[in-house]
Amino acid sequence: MAQTTANGTEVSPQNSSPAERLLFGGLGVGLILLSLRQRGNSGVFLGTSGALLLSGAAMGRSVGSALTQVRRTEDDQIAVARAVTIGKSVDELYTFWRDFENLPRFMDHLESVKVQGGDGRRSHWVAKAPAGTTVEWDAEITEDEPGRRIAWRSLEGATVPNEGHVEFRPAPGDWGTEIHVSLTYRPPGGTLGAVVARLLGEEPGAQVGEDLRRLKRLLEVGQEPTTEGQPSARKGVMKAEAKMYDNRRTT
Amino acid sequence: MKAVVWQGINRVQVENVPDPEILQPTDAIVRVTATAICGSDLHLVDGYVPSMVHGDILGHEFMGEVVEVGPEVRDVRPGDRVVVPFPISCGKCWYCQHGLTSLCDNSNPNPKLAEALWGYSGSGLYGYSHITGGYAGGQAQFARTVYADQNLYKVPEGLTDEQVLFLTDILPTGYMGAENCNIHPGDVVAVFGCGPVGLFGIMSAFVLGAGRVIAIDRFPERLDLARKLGAETLNYEEDAVFERLKEMTGGRGPDSVMDAVGLESHAGGPGGVADAVKQTTRVLESDRPHALRAAIMACRKGGTVSVPGVYGGLADKIPVGAFMNKGLTMRTGQTHVHRYLDTLTGHIERGEVDPTVIITHRLGIDEAPHAYDIFKHKHDGCIKCILDPWADPKDHAPTKAP
Ligand SMILES: [Zn+2]
Ligand SMILES: [Zn+2]
Repeated sequence: MAQTTANGTEVSPQNSSPAERLLFGGLGVGLILLSLRQRGNSGVFLGTSGALLLSGAAMGRSVGSALTQVRRTEDDQIAVARAVTIGKSVDELYTFWRDFENLPRFMDHLESVKVQGGDGRRSHWVAKAPAGTTVEWDAEITEDEPGRRIAWRSLEGATVPNEGHVEFRPAPGDWGTEIHVSLTYRPPGGTLGAVVARLLGEEPGAQVGEDLRRLKRLLEVGQEPTTEGQPSARKGVMKAEAKMYDNRRTT
Repeated sequence: MKAVVWQGINRVQVENVPDPEILQPTDAIVRVTATAICGSDLHLVDGYVPSMVHGDILGHEFMGEVVEVGPEVRDVRPGDRVVVPFPISCGKCWYCQHGLTSLCDNSNPNPKLAEALWGYSGSGLYGYSHITGGYAGGQAQFARTVYADQNLYKVPEGLTDEQVLFLTDILPTGYMGAENCNIHPGDVVAVFGCGPVGLFGIMSAFVLGAGRVIAIDRFPERLDLARKLGAETLNYEEDAVFERLKEMTGGRGPDSVMDAVGLESHAGGPGGVADAVKQTTRVLESDRPHALRAAIMACRKGGTVSVPGVYGGLADKIPVGAFMNKGLTMRTGQTHVHRYLDTLTGHIERGEVDPTVIITHRLGIDEAPHAYDIFKHKHDGCIKCILDPWADPKDHAPTKAP
């Protein structure tokens, strides 16, 4: 699952092979199912272990390294590339993305982006951090080819120096447009660095993939599907189990 | 409201749960007037489809009357009588726009689970585990339905609930199973499994021009019904199925073979026992693929294997050598229910297809545990069981869970 980014850095956003994922996913499912036959603590333990294995498999992470920290490239950068196909025209997608204030509508970790100045090339970004805090930086657009490509990079002084670009390519047939996104960032050292890295980088590939899926659903359907708030006969610990399965909270 | 709830492997109960509410502007609430138990529900109850959680409401075959719609619903109004296709279509993605609604890109809220197991996620499904979205099912007095304009299908005047209920799943599933057989006029089609989907597959194969249909099962009442629909039958407990199929087709083998059994097939012999043992771990092998193996072996050279039966995960010893060397084609998939609704409703209105013939049991929702029990074990001649969510419990004796 290694990917080569535009500047040639090798990263592996997912560190378990498909076979490993299938095996651990299967084990996870098995443990969960076994847990359903057990009463009391042993059942809860089996269920939890199973859910951990399954979610590890789902996110492409082996269990051991899930407990450790972020994987970085040799020069200590994190780089990810992801793509999605959306049933909209190149121009619609370019126009939507070029207004950076739209980005927090589908990028989950962003709280806001404020475009500054007349040409819209400079912007101020606020990202969510743990315990209700935020991380902020300024960025500028470095390339802007209407209908084709936008690139941006954080300005001097950012806590987490980062850059990214997005390309819009017409998809074959009537599939619409392929959006290809690449992000590179260099988490700082120290405690704040670790916090930020966890926030932005623990599973950067998966996070960008999820962001792009949200963008697709926002533009194609107008909303994310949800089961949050639907009825069930769940009690106690089973609510937690359901939450482990569901991307969005389920009650 | 009352709802049929999954409470663990082999534990189904009827519980009182809160009524569903409109959660998104494109939702509609349906007062369920009829619902059915499906063979796929047994895979959930038996614990072979992962990611069920205690308290999940079961049921993906249901219909009723719309009682409330969200502010963005345009085409559906309270009072409309509707059937609810079990796969959920967003109506907007490439798959939905091309009639492949069970492959919808946007309707599964938990696609990462499905992607881990299958590489990509299909659509959300009602009442069918968290891999397919975790949506509450419709074996209940009310159900929340989503993307109402894209999914709720208005029932024409003059058709009864029983005539249209199976449009939600098994009738289109049998039809797509037959369509996937790639039938040319006069072809011989073999159907493994004479449960509801197999029976509708037989009906549909004739509608699509099959000359002969050979149906395979072991339960006399199912084989009787298959014969009534015009099929020749084989009882796999009495007949050597492969040899008989070959002989009945002049040594060629059937032009197409349908596996309408899926992941809990029954087979004797060392292979069947090995599957059953491995499957109890839920890890080494999740699916018992005996019918699929038999279908691949029996099909004539260059023929087509159609798989409407449900498979969930991993199956061993698929005869891929036979598949390749005989030049077979395999076609499968969760049913794209929406694309068949107009066609099949027309067949029902004109009396060319009578879906009610498979109904053997009509029970109140309070009897759901008993209904699951007799359907699973084929007791009491049970072929298809439908539930009335509003039946007075006093009319029905309480029964114990399976
Ligand atoms: Zn069904
Ligand atoms: Zn769709």
